[in-house]
Amino acid sequence: MQKIGVFVCWCGSNIAATVDVARVAESVKSIPGVAFAADYRYMCSEGGQELMQKAIKDYGLSRVVVCSCSPRMHEATFRKAAQAAGLNPYLVEIANIREHCSWVHKDKEVATAKAIALAKAAIAKVKLNTPLVSGESAVVKRALVIGGGIAGLQTALDIAEAGYKVDIVEKTPSIGGKMSQLDKTFPTLDCSACILTPKMVEAATHENITIYTYSEIEKVSGYVGQFEAVIRKKARSVSVDRCSGCGICSEKCPSKKAKSEFDQGLRNRSAIYIPFAQAIPNVPVIDRENCLKFQTGKCGICAKVCPAGAIEYEQEDELVTQKYGAIVLATGFEPIDMAKFGEFNYEYCPDVITSLEFERLTNAAGPTQGHLVRLSDGKKPKSIVFVSCVGSRDTTERGKTYCSKICCMYNAKHAMLVKEKYPDIDVQVFYIDVRTPGKSFDEFYRRAVEEYGVQYTKGMVGKITEEGDHLLVHASDVASGAQLSVPADMVVLATAIKPAADARKLATMLTASIDTNDFFTEAHPKLRPVESPTAGIFLSGVCQGPKDIPETVAQAGAAAVKVLGLLSKDKLLTNPCVATCNEQTCSGCLACEKVCPYGAISAEYKLVNVKGLKERRLIAQVNEALCQGCGACTVACPSGAMDLKGFSNKQIMAEVDAIC
Amino acid sequence: MHLTEKEEAAEILRISGVKADNCMQCGKCSAACPAGAKMDILPHRFVWELMNGRVNNLAASNTLWQCLSCFTCSARCPRGVDPAKLIEAVRLSVIRKQGENRLNVDELPAEIDEMMPQQALVSALRKYNK
Repeated sequence: MQKIGVFVCWCGSNIAATVDVARVAESVKSIPGVAFAADYRYMCSEGGQELMQKAIKDYGLSRVVVCSCSPRMHEATFRKAAQAAGLNPYLVEIANIREHCSWVHKDKEVATAKAIALAKAAIAKVKLNTPLVSGESAVVKRALVIGGGIAGLQTALDIAEAGYKVDIVEKTPSIGGKMSQLDKTFPTLDCSACILTPKMVEAATHENITIYTYSEIEKVSGYVGQFEAVIRKKARSVSVDRCSGCGICSEKCPSKKAKSEFDQGLRNRSAIYIPFAQAIPNVPVIDRENCLKFQTGKCGICAKVCPAGAIEYEQEDELVTQKYGAIVLATGFEPIDMAKFGEFNYEYCPDVITSLEFERLTNAAGPTQGHLVRLSDGKKPKSIVFVSCVGSRDTTERGKTYCSKICCMYNAKHAMLVKEKYPDIDVQVFYIDVRTPGKSFDEFYRRAVEEYGVQYTKGMVGKITEEGDHLLVHASDVASGAQLSVPADMVVLATAIKPAADARKLATMLTASIDTNDFFTEAHPKLRPVESPTAGIFLSGVCQGPKDIPETVAQAGAAAVKVLGLLSKDKLLTNPCVATCNEQTCSGCLACEKVCPYGAISAEYKLVNVKGLKERRLIAQVNEALCQGCGACTVACPSGAMDLKGFSNKQIMAEVDAIC
Repeated sequence: MHLTEKEEAAEILRISGVKADNCMQCGKCSAACPAGAKMDILPHRFVWELMNGRVNNLAASNTLWQCLSCFTCSARCPRGVDPAKLIEAVRLSVIRKQGENRLNVDELPAEIDEMMPQQALVSALRKYNK
C-alpha cells in the first residue's frame, strides 16, 4: 500500500481566499493510501518544504501530492525538496489549484469542490508514478546567433569574450542591422555609425567569432546542448578572399536601376554592390535579379575591371552544417507596410516619408549627403510635420495593437536635429500621447519643446492632401477642439515596427513560440525575459518586443549570460519523461514516427519473444536524447504500444477516472 | 420611466453596440471628418462625453444634424470605436422623443428622389418609421 502525503497550499490569499484549503486537506484524508494531509500558508517557503520533508520521514511517505500553483512555477522546488528527504523526485505530483482553480473562479463553494477533484486526480495518478532517473547529455561549446544587428553583435561579443566560439548568421550582405541606417541616437545625439562600427569591427576581428553574411538558416535539428544547424551561404558571386573592396566593379556596373535597400529605396544602386561604406565584410555581392550577365548572358564588365580577379559568376550556394549548444534569436524588426493607410497619401506624395527614410535623408552618408531636401523637387522644406503612432496602438486589421515604443523618442530626436541644423524650418509634431519613460528621456523630449520651439499638438492626423507644391495636413487639436489644416513641405510618418518577416518561419523551425504579433515569447514575462520556453533558445533585441538601443544592448548581454550558463556546463540532465515502446505490442506501423516533431523515432528489426516464440519484427525505437516528451506518439499509436514515462496512459486514465 | 443623464448615456452606448471605452481620444475621427468644421461638438468629443456619462449637451448639439453619416470617422478610427454609430444613436433618441416625425416617400420631391442614393433612402425610412 502506498503512503501518500497531501499538502494543500494557501498561497497567502491567492488560493485560500477562493478555496477552503482546510476542507480540501480534510476531504482527501479518507482516500485509501493517503497517510498524511495538511494545509500550509506558503508551501514553497522554507517552512513549507520542511513540513513536507518532516512528513516524508515521520510517516514514511512513498508519494507526495502538492496542491498549489502551476507545476511550471514550483514543480522543480517540490521535487528538489522531496529528493532531499530521500524520495525519488518523480514521485511528486502537483495539483494546480491556483491557475486552474482559485484564479479563475469566484464562488468559494464551487472552487473548493473543484480543488478537491483536482487533488483526487493527482492522488490517483501519483499512485502509479514510478521512480525515474535523469540521463545525461553533452553540451557543444559553441553558440549560434541568428541576426547580425546590434542585438546579435552584442550577444556574440559577450559570449566570445568569455571564451566560447560563436557564429553569427546574417541574412543581408553586411552586419550592422537597422542601427547602421540611423543618423543620430537618442537621448545623447551621438552618431549611430560612430558607436556601432567599432562593435562591427570588433566582432569581425574576434578570434572566437565567425560571421556568415548573406546567409540564412536552412534547417535546425537536435535539442539543447546538441543543436545541429544547416546554414545556407548564398552565392555572393564575388570571392571574399580575393576582393580588396576597391569598389571599381560597382562604379563600372551598367545596371544601376535596383533600389538601394540600405537607403530605403531613396537611391538606386548597381547590381554588384556594397550596401554601405562601413559594411562588413567590405566585399560586394551580385544581385542576380538585376545583373545583366545573369539575366542576358551579356556584360561581364565587373569581371573585366576587377583588378583582383575576384568575380566568380559560377559560384553556387553553399551549405554549412555546424553543431551548437545554444541558439540566440536576434532577428530584429522592420517598419510596417504603409499600403493600408491611404489617408496619409504615402504612396502618391514623394514628400510624405517614413521615419526610417528620414534617417537616411538626414544622414551625411545618405543619398543627399545629409542635406534635408524634398524628394519631389530637391528644395529645402520650410515646414515639416511629424506624425506619431502611424499604425501603432491600432486595434483594427490595419495596424498593430502595441505601442512601438521607440517613436516618441525618435520623433523628438528628428525634430531637434532639424531645428539644430535649420532653425528657420517650422517643426510640428502631432501625437496621441508622448511616452518617454527612460533615463534622460523626458528631459530630452521637453528640450525639443522648451529649447528648440518644436510645436507639439495633441491630435492624430486624419488626412494628408496635396495642395499645389505643398501638403496639407488635416488634424484636430483635441485640446482646444480646433480643426486644423496645416500646410507642410514634408510629412514624416512614425510607422509602427513589426518583427522581421522570417520570424515565424524560424519559430517553426526551432519550435520556439511566438505571440499573435510574431514576436518571440519569453519563458516568463518577468523572471525569464531572455529565454524562449524551448530549452537552449535565447532571445535578444526587438525580436522579443519593441525596444530602443540601450534596452536592446542590455538584453543582448543578458541573453549572452544565459548562453554562457549553459555552455559552461559539461553535461545536462535530460528529462526522463520520454516515450518508450512496448516491443510486445508494437506492430511496426510507425504511425509514431510520422507524428514525432523531434525526429526521435526510428525503426529497427528486432528479435521479439512473443508467447514463447522468437520472431523477427519491425519495432519502433525511441532516441531518448531527442525525445522531448510531448506525447504525440502515444496518441497516434493504434496498438497502445507507445507510452510516456511519468505520463503513462494508465496514469492519465486514472486521473480521468478520479474526476468523473 | 425617467432616466438620469448617466443612465441615458449608458442606454445610448448599449443600443449602439459601440465600445466607447476603447477610445483613446486621439482625435483621428475629428481630423478625418468632412463636416467637422460645422460641428459644435467634434466626433472625438462626442465619444468622450458619452464615455463620461453625459448626453444632454449632445442631444442639443448641431453635430447630430451636421453629421453626414459618411462613416469616415469609423473607417479611420484606430481602435474600432465607430463614432458614427454613436451619433446615429443619439440622433435616433432625439427623433424618437419627438414622435410624429415620419418620412413620407410620396412627398419627396422628384429631383431629390432622383439624386438620393438608395442607401440614404433606406436608412431615412428606417430612421423615421419607428
